Amino acid sequence: MTTAGIETTVKPPEPHGESDGNNWRKYFSFSTDHKVIGIQYLVTSFLFYLIGGLLAEGVRVELATPDPDFVDPQLYNGLFTVHATVMIFLWIVPGTAGFANYVIPLAIGAKDMAFPRLNAVGFWLIPPGGILLLSSFFVGAPGAGWTSYPPLSVVGDKAGQLLWILSVLVLGTSSILGAINFLSTILKMRIPDMELNDMPLFCWAMLAASALILVSTPVLAGALILLCFDLMAGTPFFNPMAGGDPVVYQHMFWFYSHPAVYIMILPVFGMISEIIPVHARKPIFGYQAIAYSSLAISFLGLIVWAHHMFTSGTPGWLRMFFMIATMAIAVPTGIKVFSWVATIWGGKLRLNSAMLFAIGFVSMFLVGGLSGVMLASVPFDIHVHDTYFIVAHLHYVLFGGSVFGIYAAVYHWFPKMTGRMMNEFWGKVHFFLTFFGFNLCFLPMHWLGLQGMPRRVAQYNPEFATVNMVCTVGSFILAISTLPFLFNAIWSWIAGPKASANPWRALTLEWQTSSPPPVENFIEEPVLWSGPYEYGIDTLSDRQSVDELLTEVKGEV
Amino acid sequence: MQGSAIETSQTTLDMQHGHGHAGGHHEAHPDHRIFGIVLFLIAESMIFLGLFAAYLTFRAVSPEWPPEGTPEMELLLPGINTIILISSSFVMNQGNAAIKKNNVGGLRAWFGATALMGVVFLCGQLYEYFHTGFGLTDNIFTSTFYVLTGFHGLHVCFGLMLILAVMWRSLKADRYSSASHFGPEAAELYWHFVDVVWIVLFLILYLL
Ligand code: HEM
Ligand SMILES: [Cu+2]
Repeated sequence: MTTAGIETTVKPPEPHGESDGNNWRKYFSFSTDHKVIGIQYLVTSFLFYLIGGLLAEGVRVELATPDPDFVDPQLYNGLFTVHATVMIFLWIVPGTAGFANYVIPLAIGAKDMAFPRLNAVGFWLIPPGGILLLSSFFVGAPGAGWTSYPPLSVVGDKAGQLLWILSVLVLGTSSILGAINFLSTILKMRIPDMELNDMPLFCWAMLAASALILVSTPVLAGALILLCFDLMAGTPFFNPMAGGDPVVYQHMFWFYSHPAVYIMILPVFGMISEIIPVHARKPIFGYQAIAYSSLAISFLGLIVWAHHMFTSGTPGWLRMFFMIATMAIAVPTGIKVFSWVATIWGGKLRLNSAMLFAIGFVSMFLVGGLSGVMLASVPFDIHVHDTYFIVAHLHYVLFGGSVFGIYAAVYHWFPKMTGRMMNEFWGKVHFFLTFFGFNLCFLPMHWLGLQGMPRRVAQYNPEFATVNMVCTVGSFILAISTLPFLFNAIWSWIAGPKASANPWRALTLEWQTSSPPPVENFIEEPVLWSGPYEYGIDTLSDRQSVDELLTEVKGEV
Repeated sequence: MQGSAIETSQTTLDMQHGHGHAGGHHEAHPDHRIFGIVLFLIAESMIFLGLFAAYLTFRAVSPEWPPEGTPEMELLLPGINTIILISSSFVMNQGNAAIKKNNVGGLRAWFGATALMGVVFLCGQLYEYFHTGFGLTDNIFTSTFYVLTGFHGLHVCFGLMLILAVMWRSLKADRYSSASHFGPEAAELYWHFVDVVWIVLFLILYLL
């Protein structure tokens, strides 16, 4: 494809660390450079993704047959509990934070994050958090699900559950420190010319997500502290026999964990809003609508948590409120989906791996969003609550959504981060395998759920055996699909063709510096030549000026 | 190469955090640390809000509050404690007023007085713990009582450490001046926060 022309392009202004033999060492150090930290986040969280994936395969192999024959049911509980916790707290949350760390200071023309040392501390909390969690397998893994509802969570093995609590507290702290940094960086460190409304949409999305992290994660910490007392000291907070109330835990937990789904998806919305216009060569449709809908989502996201508790004895009038508020979230979400589709519409699409994953994201997220609206309706939810329908929904939004989006972002920003291009052929193989495996694995789960197969149980009714086998085969294809990616990424990083400063001819500031950028990012002060998405390819009269613009931003012409 | 790179970023960092630097640097390297502290305190207040909400819910769903058999709460000592903590905020404010006039001695004295009041508060709290007549796990009220006041007490300890750290650092000449006093300001902000949390706590735990 485009790779042929790359050698001829603008040379990076200056040689930099890349050729240095000991270069890799910095990734194991307490570096305060946001680019190093970004890559530390990404690589670490990807490793945890692989571990989480293995745990999931354990779950799927167990479910290949109706009887609990592969692992014993107690271990099965541990597998899905740790799987979910790893995927949420060690893969998607830190993975998106990794991209934000790398891209945001560059995209706003800053030298680094607002608090570089705090940033490093935030990252270095992640490995201990992960080790704490995984070590629970040696003492009896927590088996109460990632939600850890009492009383289930306080009647089992104490040690494993305690490790789970500590790990989530550590990872939550890391996330809060990150949020403080992103908010300060985005609000205070932009180059002077950049008003809020000139920011790339990724910045808006991180603003919204960080605000959510800041106000909701501490409440989870509060819940976990109380849970820890119940578990270790025998206090009665969540024990109804002694005057406590387990529903209070659920409220506190979901006050974080519903926003958490937006913490996991909003950054990805932001990345997609960057990727689609660049590769569709069209201005983003509805910049302000996308920007402000992120804020709307974070506000609404804070007041809908009890839709996870429709079956927890929530009074009818409250259910009504939460049902309506939840459905209302579909509006700002829908605005985004329409805006992306409208951006693609009539564009001059480059169907490269980044764009394929971005389009995959939009379509898969749409399915998950729609099943979400179904779940928001109380009578339907009561029917499918705690069935495989929920599992299908959450994987369409988290895998089809967040993970597809993160892959799109990897293909998009890899040249910037490493100075090398990824292989397009294997990128496409990766995409099609992922897309096929994903749908094979999770689409049938909707049906399983509607038929009443409960989630989180190792044993199930034999009538579901065939469909479950299909799901398990799909999960194997998914596992295999990571291999082309892994080899492509490693090989390209070492020996891929060199990338120019701006291989995608993009207009945002991160592409105005060399690939990879030097320490402190910009040799010359970056200049805001245009808005972030003024591609204008669809209006012929603008053609000339767009090419001029691209020369200014070092795009390949 | 790498070493020098790290040093470069280290220097910018130090400049941003420049305690020892003259006031003129303020424009060149805008200082966002107070903003960061404010964000941090928002997060902190959300933990307390969560815990307060939990307490109020437990209270609302209990048939009797405090549950039967809970000893009467003594109000005199916590009342005095409250007054001490609230006044310490004003005392501390004098310290910051002093450093804004380049009066390091004043800073140290007022902060010292604040620290002393903080210690008195903590001792009062401990004394109360030993005389409540109930234990951590007796019932839902006693549990929330200890966890809430204990968690707040930890924050007081942390605030105390900040104050002592500022006093320790102020021993170095020119560390704090009218132009550069992030440390004292941050400590004061934190202390006020701890103070406000206590007021709410006192209201809902003792008076309500
Ligand atoms: C249009 C937007 C959405 C709506 C209306 C919606 C609605 C719902 C509802 C009502 C439930 C509760 C089902 C039950 O347990 O009975 C649920 C579960 C869930 N949703 Fe969504 N959702 C939406 C988007 C998302 C997104 C964007 C994510 C993540 C990126 C997500 C992740 C989850 C997860 C993880 C669960 C399961 C939690 C658990 O019980 O373990 N949802 N959703
Ligand atoms: Cu939710």
